[in-house]
Amino acid sequence: MAAGTPTVPSSNRPRASVRLPWAGQALNKGLVVMWLGLMVMLPLTAITTKAFENGLDGFWTAVSSPQAVAALKLTVIASLIVVAINAVMGTLLAWVLVRDKFPGKGIINSVIDLPFALPTIVASLTLLTVYGNKSPIGINIAFTQTAVVVALSFVTLPFVVRAVQPLLLTLDRDMESAAESLGAGRWRIFRQIILPNLAPGIATGVALAFARAIGEFGSLVLVSGNVPFKTEVSSVFIRGQIESDNLVGASAVSVVLLAVSLALLAVVTFIQRWAVRHER
Amino acid sequence: MNGSRLVRWTLRYIALAYLFALLLLPLGVIFDEAFKEGIGEVFSAITAPDAVAALKLTLLTVIIAVPLNTVFGVLTALVMVRSNLPGKRFLNALIDVPFAVSPIVVGLALVLVYGQNGWLGEAFMEAGIKIIFSTPGIVLAVIFVSMPFVAREVIPVLQEIGDDQEKAAETLGANGWTTFWRITLPAIRWGISYGIVLTTARALGEFGAVTVVSGRVSGETETLPLYVQKQFETFNSVGSYSASLLLAVIALVTLLALNLMRRKEN
Repeated sequence: MAAGTPTVPSSNRPRASVRLPWAGQALNKGLVVMWLGLMVMLPLTAITTKAFENGLDGFWTAVSSPQAVAALKLTVIASLIVVAINAVMGTLLAWVLVRDKFPGKGIINSVIDLPFALPTIVASLTLLTVYGNKSPIGINIAFTQTAVVVALSFVTLPFVVRAVQPLLLTLDRDMESAAESLGAGRWRIFRQIILPNLAPGIATGVALAFARAIGEFGSLVLVSGNVPFKTEVSSVFIRGQIESDNLVGASAVSVVLLAVSLALLAVVTFIQRWAVRHER
Repeated sequence: MNGSRLVRWTLRYIALAYLFALLLLPLGVIFDEAFKEGIGEVFSAITAPDAVAALKLTLLTVIIAVPLNTVFGVLTALVMVRSNLPGKRFLNALIDVPFAVSPIVVGLALVLVYGQNGWLGEAFMEAGIKIIFSTPGIVLAVIFVSMPFVAREVIPVLQEIGDDQEKAAETLGANGWTTFWRITLPAIRWGISYGIVLTTARALGEFGAVTVVSGRVSGETETLPLYVQKQFETFNSVGSYSASLLLAVIALVTLLALNLMRRKEN
């Protein structure tokens, strides 16, 4: 709220004209609730209902089938590796883009968002071309778990960079100069001054990247080979279950993914609130 | 300070090498592969009947989904920032949900609601409206996955500008619409523009959700991203790379547009 906002509740203030602003507001609210309810809540409710159609036992049987477990395991482990890569490389990229100077930096900065703009199937095709059996640079990782990690690294690249960049821009450099004049080494300054200040950004970026990675589908389709027990992630497993008309099984695994993603969303909200509180 | 320069250069080139291997090289390869057989081949691949049909369907979904998401996105942002609604926190969390849901899960959820044995599927069937394996299903999938962008871009702008001017306009006798058109909309126009560009990019490229709800019939329910996959799997690599090229160019134009807007805004 802006500083100059009157403290009188808006409904008690005299209205300038004869109209029904309240009715207008209520209509807007109604429309928004209806839109979100119909477009988001209804489908998600349907999937949750389906997952438990055969009771808790049915849900558990579907989720604990060996193939489902293998897929979930790969999804979680690959996503963890990917967010670790992102935490390091994303912070490094943000650092280079904010503190370093070199020709072409502006272009590099705008290219970072490419994974958000490029359709995932195009990403999959192009990664297969560069890192497949006809690789122009002689690296063939197609249809391996490494390919899963590479594809997920591609689609999640911007999250940490874009979460850390604004923090680095507003970071007070006086602190670093002070530490330096007191004899602190570069590594110590980074560890004790810079890193703690960037931590909320890194954490936010990591959580968002993880949420994206565990649900990713398009970028994996061509490059991972989708081999059950080997390179099949959960989203691909769900796709397979839909195609073989096992909608309860597909829904059950979907609910697991959904629960993890929503939990991460809550974590992000929490981190951001915490960061805002500690800014003062 | 030689050591410092060495560290800086090392960090710079590690970062750039990572970007090159992960982003720039793959991007370059699309262009290279598409043009391998010459520009004529690319042109005839893009103008093949199925490719044109896929492009048309993709544009149709964009034309329906983007305006809907824009209007409701702005409305959602207004309600979130400017009104006191019970359960606002819950709604606020709900806005971001489409970002956190796997595209495949989105597709499955739509099948469960609008499919043959779905909650509403039968009613629509009786009314003669086919949703799943048809265009409406594709549109619904695209709306779902690209829903949060406009609201997410507009909400911070609304919070930042505050409501002093709106209140002033109201006091001077302007009604709700006039206030919105003359005061609020000009202030949030860049936020809306970013939102529209991001929504469009996502809508054009959506694959996972669409692949579940589309019947993937070439020339009928195949969007351009689905076309890329089909052509690749049927060993028409020129067709696949050419369609990819088209999508990659659109992505690059998107980035350019975002950059220009950011510059203009400042």
